[in-house]
Amino acid sequence: MRNLSTMIQREIGSYFLSPIAYAVAAIFLFACGLAFGLGNFTPGGESSLRPLLNPWIVLILVFVLPMLTMRLLCDELRSGTIETLMTAPISEVEVVLGKFFGAMAFFAILLGSLLLYPILIGMYGDLDLKLLLCNGLGLLFIGGLYVSVGLFFSSCTKHQVISVLLSFMVLALMTFAFHELAGLLEGWMKVVMQQLSIRTHFDDFVRGMLDTNHVVFFLTTTAFFLFLTVKRLEMRRWQ
Amino acid sequence: MIEVKRLTKRYGPFVAVDEISFDVERGGVVGFLGPNGAGKTTTIRILACYHPASGGSAKVAGFDVFTQSMDVRRRVGYLPESTPLYPEMRVREYLTFRGKLRRLSRDDLQAAIRRVVERCWLGEFIDRPIGQLSKGMKQRVGLADAIMHDPDVLILDEPTIGLDPTQIRETRSLIRELGQRHTVLLSSHILHEVEQVCDRTIIIAAGKIVAKGSPAELRGQFGSQGRVLAELRGPQPEVESGAKAISGVQKVEASANDGWVRLAIDSAPDRDVREDLFRLSVSKGWGLRELRREGATLEDFFVKVTAEQQQQRRSIPPR
Repeated sequence: MRNLSTMIQREIGSYFLSPIAYAVAAIFLFACGLAFGLGNFTPGGESSLRPLLNPWIVLILVFVLPMLTMRLLCDELRSGTIETLMTAPISEVEVVLGKFFGAMAFFAILLGSLLLYPILIGMYGDLDLKLLLCNGLGLLFIGGLYVSVGLFFSSCTKHQVISVLLSFMVLALMTFAFHELAGLLEGWMKVVMQQLSIRTHFDDFVRGMLDTNHVVFFLTTTAFFLFLTVKRLEMRRWQ
Repeated sequence: MIEVKRLTKRYGPFVAVDEISFDVERGGVVGFLGPNGAGKTTTIRILACYHPASGGSAKVAGFDVFTQSMDVRRRVGYLPESTPLYPEMRVREYLTFRGKLRRLSRDDLQAAIRRVVERCWLGEFIDRPIGQLSKGMKQRVGLADAIMHDPDVLILDEPTIGLDPTQIRETRSLIRELGQRHTVLLSSHILHEVEQVCDRTIIIAAGKIVAKGSPAELRGQFGSQGRVLAELRGPQPEVESGAKAISGVQKVEASANDGWVRLAIDSAPDRDVREDLFRLSVSKGWGLRELRREGATLEDFFVKVTAEQQQQRRSIPPR
């Protein structure tokens, strides 16, 4: 456990020393601001977070989170620091979880800065705190899944660009393509696509519905990608 | 401190390390010497618990590198060849991070940082980002990290590669100092370095151990026959034939330069031809400006044994 907190501290620290992290934060805040402003500050616009959350923030996260996770293991593989790290008394699980929670902490800080929007809504309309809580939880779940996917692809290659492109592709597929396919298909195929689509699972969080089905989906898929990352690191030792 | 038994590492059909066995006792600096691609880094990575072996076993500080990996890692300080560091971190941050990974308590950590910073002359650089340091300074940061937890065994892979001559000298004297406190296994392809720094040497070539012992012992194994170098002023054919006529001389190499003839004379092991050469020069009236006996160097030995191994490997078809 001490190793885990040491790793998390280092990861958060290195985010604040990285120019990429600041650039990504700026892109994220600008895009969210644009989506919120255009959705809400128009005549007849609704005073809720719905326009921002569905679908804009999902689209933004598909692009932004892989950029935050691309260097996590890529950099270690490219510069060779993986060798000093993995010969220190720390396990692969601790390294992967440390990187995951480090990225999640930075993501949580970004989400925290979005709290300005509900405050604005609260000034001009009614704010549903329970709904807000449910939205926040949904964002953390979807962020966790995206970070775990990005972390996995970051462990696959020494090249950040390849890692980020692979993450974009897989996330776009899981988020949007499966969602669209579910609309086109019939019968059991439709059910399978719906169950696999990240957006279907996220939509209920936007509506304020906390369904254990969705919670289980996010927790298991995130755990699955973290597991793959650990196995990938262990495999590297044998090569 | 290090026990290696029939250790093998294969990469597909390629055998990088082929059933090597050796022991390293506690204390002192042991040189692990071999040409590039001989399997030094592979062996070292197995000992440092980075790669698992394909066969055989290795124990470091009494623990098996595969089944008791964490115990080994706690007792080993390892500096990889390229000295990988995090460029964005400051030296103090990096050492703190590495100390915490080694479970040093807060007080121990502060004491350890003070100790290694003094040991590796990092004082004025401690608050500089690592990315701004020179190659030599980075090497010292890597060494400081490797000795932070006062390890029983220190494993250094080519620690002087890429340094300038002053830095090489400093690093070597530092390694000698460290050898008084830790067991140091140092890999190198520079013979001169091993002769200077190490108490014992293990020579590896083409994945096999070809010789073990102190530099003096290895020289002794090879150095039974000496060669005499001489420079005489005289006509080359006559000088050469005169030298060949001395009893016990086996081979003469001669080269003329500026009227001087340079001779390299191999003779029977128990025969010293220097006096005969002196008499020859006096009787013929040739000037003599150099006459010395050259002991066999470790280099001759090294070149000979590694060449034999390389030859063997080349003769085996790759598939």
